Amino acid sequence: MACFTVPVAEAIVTTIVAKAVKSKEEKQHINLNGANTEIKESGKTPFSKKLGWLNKMLWLGSFLLAFEHLWHGEVIPTFPFLTAVKTGEVSEMLGEMATAGVMMAMLVTLVWAGIVAVVTVMEKKADKEPEIAEENA
Amino acid sequence: MTLLITVFAAVISTVIWYKGAPENEMKTGILCWMFWGASIMWFVDAIFEYKELGAEYFTPAPLDMLNDAFLGLSVVALGLIVWLVYLLIKDPKGAVRKALAKKK
Repeated sequence: MACFTVPVAEAIVTTIVAKAVKSKEEKQHINLNGANTEIKESGKTPFSKKLGWLNKMLWLGSFLLAFEHLWHGEVIPTFPFLTAVKTGEVSEMLGEMATAGVMMAMLVTLVWAGIVAVVTVMEKKADKEPEIAEENA
Repeated sequence: MTLLITVFAAVISTVIWYKGAPENEMKTGILCWMFWGASIMWFVDAIFEYKELGAEYFTPAPLDMLNDAFLGLSVVALGLIVWLVYLLIKDPKGAVRKALAKKK
């Protein structure tokens, strides 16, 4: 009915958060350079980029889902845009959003968290490897 | 059927991305995020449908299956168009810019 609107709502929030995190990271980078501090290249993926992965999954995934809703006639190109609102099935629609919609957003976020966890572990391992090689030499 | 086709699209695009990684000149990463995102969402949809229909979920009527397959293929086509537009706008090889400059 309108389950894809929940991931869209999450995508709006995460996009704003990602922009804020990115500007904070850029400020930190400028401060470090301004202080003439020696920056050690760690090769770690910035958190704003990791948030970008979640944004892409949420925005693009819900875009395809919106197309499916359009295909099934659940979304219409004219106001009020949702067939459920037009036919007075608002409570049913809200129920589906609260169950399927919330679960969709949660599962996408959970998968993203898993990817971020794996990437973080891999980066830590890669950071440690040169140190171990130096110790062994 | 839509879920199945989208999962296949996600797997194929991930393999293609991996082959080109880490350069990612063709920007195939966007296809991976798009198809995986949609697959997860349709998977949740499938769980709710299974809860409602039970084992009947796995034996759809031929006409429904055909419609779902048609939808799945349309979704993949739409995803590819989105990727193509993104690729041409980002123009990582500078081919579009060079072609436009040649015309002048």
